Amino acid sequence: MNWEVVIGLETHTQLSTQSKIFSDASTAFGAAPNTQASVVDVALPGSLPVLNKGAVERAIRFGLAVGATINRRSIFARKNYFYPDLPKGYQISQYELPVVLGGSLSIQTKDGEKIVRLTRAHLEEDAGKSLHEDFHGMSGIDLNRAGTPLLEIVSEPDMHSADEAVAYAKALHSLVRWIDICDGNMQEGSFRCDANVSVRRPGAPLGTRREIKNLNSFRFLQQAIEYEIKWQIETLEDGGKIQQATVLFDPDKGETRMMRTKEDAHDYRYFPDPDLLPLEISEQWKEEIRGRMPELPDEMRGRIRTEYDLTEYDAKVLTQSREIASYFETIAKKLGRVHAKLAANWVMGELSGRLNREEVEIAESPIQADAFAGLVQRVADGTISGKIAKEVFDAMWAGEGSADEIIERRGLKQISDSGAIEKIVDQVIAANAQQVADYRSGKEKAFNSLVGQVMKASQGKANPAQVNGILKKKLG
Amino acid sequence: MFEKSVAELGRALSAKQVSAVELAQLYLDRIERHKQLNAFLDVRPEVTLAQARAADMRIARGDATPLTGVPVAHKDIFVTRDFASTASSRMLEGYMSPFDATVVEKLGNAGMVALGKLNCDEFAMGSSNDNSHYGNVLNPWDKTAVPGGSSGGSAAAVAARIAPAATATDTGGSIREPAAFSGITGIKPTYGRASRWGMIAFASSLDQAGIMTCSAEDAALIFNGMLGFDAKDSTSVDRAAEDYTRELQRGLKGLRIGVPREFFGEGLQPDVEKAVREALAEYARQGAELVDISLPNAALGIPVYYVIAPAECSSNLSRFDGVRYGHRAAQYGDLDDMIKKSRAEGFGPEPRRRILIGTYVLSHGYYDAYYIQAQKVRRIIADEFQRAFGQCDVIAGPVTTSVAFGFGEKAADPVAMYLSDLYTIPGSLAGIPGMSIPCGFGAKNRPVGLQLMANYFEEAKLLGVAHQYQQATDWHRRIPKDFA
Repeated sequence: MNWEVVIGLETHTQLSTQSKIFSDASTAFGAAPNTQASVVDVALPGSLPVLNKGAVERAIRFGLAVGATINRRSIFARKNYFYPDLPKGYQISQYELPVVLGGSLSIQTKDGEKIVRLTRAHLEEDAGKSLHEDFHGMSGIDLNRAGTPLLEIVSEPDMHSADEAVAYAKALHSLVRWIDICDGNMQEGSFRCDANVSVRRPGAPLGTRREIKNLNSFRFLQQAIEYEIKWQIETLEDGGKIQQATVLFDPDKGETRMMRTKEDAHDYRYFPDPDLLPLEISEQWKEEIRGRMPELPDEMRGRIRTEYDLTEYDAKVLTQSREIASYFETIAKKLGRVHAKLAANWVMGELSGRLNREEVEIAESPIQADAFAGLVQRVADGTISGKIAKEVFDAMWAGEGSADEIIERRGLKQISDSGAIEKIVDQVIAANAQQVADYRSGKEKAFNSLVGQVMKASQGKANPAQVNGILKKKLG
Repeated sequence: MFEKSVAELGRALSAKQVSAVELAQLYLDRIERHKQLNAFLDVRPEVTLAQARAADMRIARGDATPLTGVPVAHKDIFVTRDFASTASSRMLEGYMSPFDATVVEKLGNAGMVALGKLNCDEFAMGSSNDNSHYGNVLNPWDKTAVPGGSSGGSAAAVAARIAPAATATDTGGSIREPAAFSGITGIKPTYGRASRWGMIAFASSLDQAGIMTCSAEDAALIFNGMLGFDAKDSTSVDRAAEDYTRELQRGLKGLRIGVPREFFGEGLQPDVEKAVREALAEYARQGAELVDISLPNAALGIPVYYVIAPAECSSNLSRFDGVRYGHRAAQYGDLDDMIKKSRAEGFGPEPRRRILIGTYVLSHGYYDAYYIQAQKVRRIIADEFQRAFGQCDVIAGPVTTSVAFGFGEKAADPVAMYLSDLYTIPGSLAGIPGMSIPCGFGAKNRPVGLQLMANYFEEAKLLGVAHQYQQATDWHRRIPKDFA
């Protein structure tokens, strides 16, 4: 008998504000411990939280991007528990009334596009960090991260495999970067997922779920869920029962292990935070933000597909991130619709390949979009061949100047003067009597060899289309 | 000089009849002489005198305010850079804050000279000042009586004239009740008028700073320097600054004074009732109209308060875990043990009791029955005040059921202690301004207070109504004999 897997994700996205959600301390990563903790973050007596408007604005951007309801009024609540890296003894979060309600996200699965519904997204503050190394028999506390703004995005249990969960996480990761609310840096913990996993017989009620905490890479997410599914199915098939629990993934062993069961779950004693007034979002503010929203990936995909006559695949690849999309569009605008496909090929091919190999973000690419357009332009207008263009690309990457400068300096201009090409063709025919004869006796291969000879003699600069035509004519 | 009001001291300073340093020294000497009151927890003459010297320079330069050079003492709920800030708790013994509370800072900016920090009930929890880790405070009128609480040190200091004014905080009556017990003037403004930044939180939705003085006029003068919007407190109200002295001279003719019949029911002692009725008669003589009003659910204030305040306190006091500052147990096993022991040792019985109550009422399964229900009744009580203010301009009645009780008298019975705040809690729950002014003496010659309440943001009116009474009476000028 088969099993149906049910997965829902809770994702903590760190919002890209300069300062913390309730204090003016910096959120920059990597500072010396406790140097970015204000009196509010340390929870000194008498300190009070003041909400960072930028964090709310980012939550609204997210809500608008996923077609959610932005609650006109939402409430900050205190989640009470003791932990040394939680300075106030409570976390300020949102409980009954979150800022964002509902919405959905489209993901690409092997069966095509799928819609994952979102439950809610709420604002909250991050805790500090406990440092267990370097202290003998003690723990160190670093409160730099305490108070960092998070948007916790909760999905409905709409995913049915580790692949789908990863596809969802990737789509979400791409979206939060696209709308510029999160830097998406997973190594620094800016984007972390908790996965709720359960299995059931098809048609049966939902099984008991276990929550895998704090997965900070797509690979771990995949591995952890796959392991968890396997473990749950095996447990049930062996006649066991699943106990509701929170588990941790151990990447070294590739296993999940129990952290706590429902029985010893905290009673967080949520109640509205009396230090903060209800968060009111006016229609006007919401509309202002809507007016400043960038074009969203799905909209843009459809638009560039028609506008530049691209395939669905190209449009999808080019809209994987807003940086790539705008890079492409800068070039496509210069070259026009006719050559847009060429531009797409160059961005997805040579450029993306090189960026990946050298691990450079497109924003930091040594060849900026305008310069790259200059190169593709020369391919489009026949000044250089595709092969020569790769040489020019390398030189541009190395910082040797613009495409035109390099072509000029290195004398790479394609020979499109038919007289000059005819001259070379004549020389090649004269010097290769055997191959000429072979071709004339029906060996097509010999023709390619002759073209090669002509290209070689022209140092690759002869226009290949013209070489073909002239050679064919001369060989009759 | 010590019998002078804040207004008079300000005038004497600007006329250079006395210097700020002389005045500071005079009060420091009185504080020292009357140490047995136990009103002050931290006095640092070098700090006070340095501030006084700065005030004198400011007066000499000619950029003084009416408050420059006038001494003030601060309840130990306000954090201060220059004095220890303990909330009268062992938990914060010797704690030095890196910043000043906004109220402290604003009064400092106006030029007031800080005399030190005043004893109070631990974390402002109590009605007698018995709940201080640093010992109880004596009532200057009768050393066997409590001064009231939680602002007992503030009340006693002003009553004994060892400070001309003292900051205080009111959560359920912690300004008005000790003001009544100690025979002085105490006012809490509308919730949101005074910044809570730097006030060690007890119950955030109720805590409000106010002032204790010898007269309404003095309170109005100090409010001018003390209140106002503060971006550091999200519950602070953003309104234009106003002059709180502007209605002091306004006559009482035609003023409608609401007298809630529920405040004169069972439990009110005849001596208190007599003094309060006489005060009301004085108002009538001056042309005010007494209106019978009803606040039918006011008595529910006590149970509502003892759900909401402990709930908020249980969470507010969670930060005291021995990790970053404050008391940490000397011996402990693991992390949990460290937190448990540090808290058990650091908190006295009353904070412990309220943390337990608050944790209980917020627990899963009880939250709706207690906390949500309490919030609903709180709303009803606030609405009743709004209806009442449709019939009257201010409300008047007793502050407490009895005069100050004896030290230790109610210590064994927390519920009896909680009932001390029967008449003050409703106004706190509504968030309206309220004050207590002295209106005579009751049993054992202990002072009686008259409570006056006004609608939101009507402090100027309230102060005017109090001032008019004080123009016709001299209760507020009486000084306990050992301190005259």
